[in-house]
Amino acid sequence: MSDSPLPAAIYRTDRALRDGFWIRALLLTLALGFLLLFLFLPLIAVFVEAFAKGYGLFLESITEPDALSAVRLTLLVAAIAVPFNLVVGVAAAWAIAKFEFRGKSLLISFIDLPFSVSPVISGLVYVLLFGAQGFLGPWLKAHDIEIIFALPGLVLATIFVTFPFVARELIPHMQALGSSDEEAALTLGASPWRTFLTITLPNVKWSLFYGVLLCNARAMGEFGAVTVVSGRIRGLTTTMPLHVEILYNEYNSVAAFAVASLLAGLALVTLALKTYLEWHFADAISAKSRH
Amino acid sequence: MTRERIRRIIQAALIVGAFSICFGIVSGARAQGELLNVSYDPTRELYRAINTAFTAEWQNKTGQKLTIRQSHGGSGAQARTVIDGLNADVLTLALAGDIDAVAERSKKIPLDWQKRLPQNSSPYTSTIVFLTRKGNPKAVKDWGDLAKPGISVITPNPKTSGGARWNYLAAWAWAEKAYGKDEAKVREYIAAVLKNVPVLDTGARGSTTTFAQRGQGDVFLSWENEAFLVLQEFGADKFDIVVPSLSILAEPPVTIVDGNVDAKGTRAAAQAYLEFLYTPAAQAIIAKNFYRPRNTEAAAPEDLARFPKLELITIDTVFGGWTKAQKEHFADGGTFDQLYKPAR
Repeated sequence: MSDSPLPAAIYRTDRALRDGFWIRALLLTLALGFLLLFLFLPLIAVFVEAFAKGYGLFLESITEPDALSAVRLTLLVAAIAVPFNLVVGVAAAWAIAKFEFRGKSLLISFIDLPFSVSPVISGLVYVLLFGAQGFLGPWLKAHDIEIIFALPGLVLATIFVTFPFVARELIPHMQALGSSDEEAALTLGASPWRTFLTITLPNVKWSLFYGVLLCNARAMGEFGAVTVVSGRIRGLTTTMPLHVEILYNEYNSVAAFAVASLLAGLALVTLALKTYLEWHFADAISAKSRH
Repeated sequence: MTRERIRRIIQAALIVGAFSICFGIVSGARAQGELLNVSYDPTRELYRAINTAFTAEWQNKTGQKLTIRQSHGGSGAQARTVIDGLNADVLTLALAGDIDAVAERSKKIPLDWQKRLPQNSSPYTSTIVFLTRKGNPKAVKDWGDLAKPGISVITPNPKTSGGARWNYLAAWAWAEKAYGKDEAKVREYIAAVLKNVPVLDTGARGSTTTFAQRGQGDVFLSWENEAFLVLQEFGADKFDIVVPSLSILAEPPVTIVDGNVDAKGTRAAAQAYLEFLYTPAAQAIIAKNFYRPRNTEAAAPEDLARFPKLELITIDTVFGGWTKAQKEHFADGGTFDQLYKPAR
C-alpha cells in the first residue's frame, strides 16, 4: 500500500463520491417525503375542506361578522406587537452586538426565554399578574383598566411570545459585521444617530426583514398564550386561530377550514414574499453579509 | 436615499402603531347596550337563537339596540375565567356548583343566588342518555351494561366538565338503587365502568367529537340535548339514542353577576334577559333546541314528543345538593379519585 499511494487515493475519492450519491438520494427522499406527508398533504387538505361545499359557502364563512372581526383583531394585534418587537428587538440586538457590558450573556438568555417557555405558561403569567385574583388585579379594577380578556392582554401575550424573532435574527448578523464601519463613520464626524440610520440599519436590513416576517407570521398564528388571556368572547376577543377552534367545535367544519385556509394563505404570502426578496436581491444580500 | 426610505418606514410604523392604539382604546370602551353571556359548551346553538329573539324584544320595549356576546367552554373552565376577571354580565353554566365557586371566590354574586329566580334558577333542564352506534351492536340497554367487559364508554372528565359530573352521579344513583345501597357493590360497579373509559376529554364537545367524528367507543354518555344535536348534525342513520331505566334531572342554572352588571350599568338588561328565558316564547325556543322546557304551553308538540318519559332523580334528594356531592365525589381524594385508575 505504501509503494502505491496514488491509486489508493483515487479509489478512496471514487468510493466517497459513490457513497455520496446514495446518501444524498436517501436524505433527499427522506426530506421530501417528510415534507410531502407532514406539510403539503395537510395544507392541501385544509384547502380541499374549505372549498368542499363550494365557493359560495367559503366566501360566506370568511365574510360573516364574527370571522371578519377575528381577522380585524388578528391584524390589529399583529400591527401593534410587530412594530413594538421591531423597535425593542433592534435596540436589544444593537446593545448586545456593538457594546460590551456586564450581564450580556444573561440578557441573551432572557431574550430566548419566550422560546423555551410553553405558550400556555406565557398566557397564565399574565392572568396571575393582571387577573382579578392576581397581583395587580384589584388596582386595575379600581382604576377601571381592562388588560386580560381584552385587547391589551392579547397584545401583551403576543408580544411576549414573538419577542425573540427580531433580536435572534439580528444578533449573529450584527456580531459578524463587527463595528469597524460604525467606527469609521464616527471618526468622520457622523452623529451616533446618523451612524445608526445610515450604516448599522442598512447593513442588517435583510436579517431585520426576515425577523419581522417570522415575528409577524407567529403573531398572527399564536394560539396557546392567546387562548389563555382571551376569555373566548365571540366577535370581541377571538383571533383567527381561536375562531377556527370555535367553529370546529360547532361542527361547522367548512367555516373552520375556510378561516384556517385564510390563515394558511397569510403564511404562504409571507413565505412567498421572503422567497421573492431572497431571489431578487440575492446579490445584495450576499454582498452585505460578506462584509 | 436609503436613509430617506428608512425614515419613511419608521414614520409609517409609528403612525400605524399610534392608530392601532387609538383604535384599541375606542373598541375597548364598552357600549352600554352590550351583554356578555358566559356559558358552557353545548349551549352555543340554544343561545344564538335566544339572543336573536331577546334583542328584538328588548328593542321593541326600550328602543335600545342590544348586542349579546357569547363565550363558551367547559363549565368549570368558564367559572375559572370569570373568577379571574372575565367581565360576564350573566352566567349560564352546566351546574350550580360552578356558579357557587364563582360566588365564593370572586364575591361578585351573593351566596344565595340560586333562590333569586324560579325553579332553582334553572329555566330549562336536561338529562343524561346513552348514544350508541346505529342498531346498538353491543346491546347497551341500561347502566348495568356499561360495566361489562369489552364495552368502550366515552365520557368527559368530571374534574373539568359539568356534563361528566352529571354522568357520574346518574350512574351512582342507578347503582345505589340496583344494589340496595350496598356501598361496596356501588363502588365496584363505578370502578368497572371507569375501567371501560379509554379517554377522558376535558369538555362535553370534546367527547362528542371523539365519539361521533373520530369513531371511538361503543357508547357515549351524553347530555340529552347534545345527543339530539349529534343526530341532527351527523345524521340519524348513524347513531341511536338509548334511554336508560333511570337518569338524573340536570338543572343548568343561570344568574346575573351582580358585581359586574353594577359596575357596567347593565343590571336592567341582564335581569330582563334571564327573566326572558322563562317566557313561553323562550321556552318554545328551548324545546326546539332539545332542552326540556319548564313550561310546555307554547312549545311545538313535535319538539315535546321527542323527549322520552323516564324516571328522573334529583341531586337534592339523592345526593343532598351540589356542595355535598362535589365534596364527596369530585374534590381531591373524592370517590372519583379513589375509583379511577387510568393505568391499566
